[in-house]
Amino acid sequence: MSIQIGAKPSKMAAGGPDQPALQRRSSVELIRFIEVSKIYGTGEAEVVALDRVNFSVRAGEFVAVLGPSGSGKSTAMNILGCLDTPSSGHYLFRGVDVGTLTRDQRALIRRNHIGFVFQGFNLLKRTSAIENLELPLIYRGMPKAERRAAATRALALVGLSDRASHTASELSGGQQQRVAIARALVTAPSVIFADEPTGNLDSARGHEIMNLLRALNAEHGMTIVVVTHDEEIAAYAGRRIHFLDGRIASDEAFA
Amino acid sequence: MMIGNALLLALREIRRNLLRAGLTTLGIIIGVGAVIAMVTLGNGASASVTGSIESLGRNLVILQPGTRRGLGGGGAAASAPSFSLEDADAIKREIANLRAVAPIAMRGETVVAGNINHPTQVMGTDNSYFAVRAWDMVQGRDFTDAEVRGGRTVCIIGQTVKAKLFGSQNPLGTNIRVRDAPCEVVGVLDVKGQSTFGQDQDDIVAMPIRAMQRRITGNTSVGMVWIAANEAEDVPKVIGDLTKLMRERRHLSNAAPEDFQANDMAQITQVMQQTTAILTLFLAAIAAISLLVGGIGIMNIMLVSVTERTREIGIRLAIGARERDVLTQFLVEAVMMSAFGGLIGIALGLGASAVGTHFLNIQFVPSPGIVFIAFVFSAAIGVAFGYFPARRAARLDPIESLRHE
Repeated sequence: MSIQIGAKPSKMAAGGPDQPALQRRSSVELIRFIEVSKIYGTGEAEVVALDRVNFSVRAGEFVAVLGPSGSGKSTAMNILGCLDTPSSGHYLFRGVDVGTLTRDQRALIRRNHIGFVFQGFNLLKRTSAIENLELPLIYRGMPKAERRAAATRALALVGLSDRASHTASELSGGQQQRVAIARALVTAPSVIFADEPTGNLDSARGHEIMNLLRALNAEHGMTIVVVTHDEEIAAYAGRRIHFLDGRIASDEAFA
Repeated sequence: MMIGNALLLALREIRRNLLRAGLTTLGIIIGVGAVIAMVTLGNGASASVTGSIESLGRNLVILQPGTRRGLGGGGAAASAPSFSLEDADAIKREIANLRAVAPIAMRGETVVAGNINHPTQVMGTDNSYFAVRAWDMVQGRDFTDAEVRGGRTVCIIGQTVKAKLFGSQNPLGTNIRVRDAPCEVVGVLDVKGQSTFGQDQDDIVAMPIRAMQRRITGNTSVGMVWIAANEAEDVPKVIGDLTKLMRERRHLSNAAPEDFQANDMAQITQVMQQTTAILTLFLAAIAAISLLVGGIGIMNIMLVSVTERTREIGIRLAIGARERDVLTQFLVEAVMMSAFGGLIGIALGLGASAVGTHFLNIQFVPSPGIVFIAFVFSAAIGVAFGYFPARRAARLDPIESLRHE
């Protein structure tokens, strides 16, 4: 396999107007959980999905969030991605307390700062790869020519230039996930959240995807948080946070 | 999100589901098409009626008996007394600026030539009638003064009567029998065709009115009087003078309502137009109901579409669409479909009414106003019926939506 990560970081630099430079100093704190809890239901049926969790992620890190199902890692992912808010505690994203924001303000954070990669790819099925990549840029109001150029660059970055006009359903799983990664990074976000990105792929395709993410992190300084239950997948990350029963069981960094 | 982007996204979505969009729009297409066709046909009928009435002449005044209330207030309308030849003479004598006065008595009778019977309209009148109607003779002559004054039983026949009774033979000089009166054919009228009301105007036998009264009706009634003023400008004064004269002659007190009508073509046209306008409105209202049904169809499909596209909406929300972005997209989609449907409906409606007017032999009068209204209305239906599904889409929870299969 070949992962054609563009050698020149400048290829990705043309993101949104208010984007911080991609080569962030690792000293910048991007994410901070302060005593974050998430409780579903009430009374007898109360389920504590997250129990006073504290951690932070700096720009440029490649973090794996590990844990069995029910450990709270998916809940943490939803909160990290500003799709959900904590029941108590504070989630600071780039210094902003997300819990105080409205639904639309959180949508704007996702639009301008977050890229998502999902287990099920979540591309628009009957839409071409290039149009899938343009979608987040359309919401940003980017003019057509600029949009097309950025989408083309991102597609080249994941090595699928020759599949631009194929619809998502015409692509293999591995290709779809690479398009999804391209969609996540086409806006040059502050962070990419990947939720079980290899879950629907065979092991070879899975390693391709993880190599691609690692290269994005290493060569472009992209901050990446991967949620997985698979130790082998987590091994690609420089830092692994284990969740168990809604709490952080361990938080290890590897050099 | 700018509206241009919303249009782009909606257009892409419609293009992807062309069949569904087409079926969704069908209700609007039919509704708008029906409204346009009804109104255009109605306008055409109205214009044709107006045209054919006015072709009779703007200087024409028709004097007819009115109705008067029966005694006792029972409400039954009784026909007022008809007129007499003396009335017609008085009109000729006392009213200025008249070109022609034609007293008319009509009755349906069977006419016989040889062994052929033909039921037709028999009209007693004089030459003024042909003058007023600008109706030429193609064979023979009109009545002589002596025939008119003396009430001789001679006839002028229309083309239909000629064809029925004589075929291709020359009818001039032949005697036909009207009731029990033998009547010599002295003239044949030119083709006049159908009247506004669908009657065959050529199915007619005309004879001097005195002959009609003596031999056919057996009384001295004159059913109506057609009066041609010199100029159209004289008509209001003629009607005024005529009304005054007839009130005198019919001994109506100042307070009594008129038991006759003196109408010019403008008034008759107006009445006809009112009738067709009401009919048009009625038909258009029925057609508008199908527009409403079309709107409900759009809402239905949009709701199904929202459920079906829940995951897509989740994706859009995850990558940064705000509520209003999703709302706008679905609303624009609905409006686009209904407006497209409106345009197609307008085209179909105009096409259908062009064909319809051709076959009904009426004028094709497309109304830009109604076309515009139909378009705006169809777009408005998209807004009205698209809003609820669009709002439902916009309010979806992104996490739930992404899990949706």
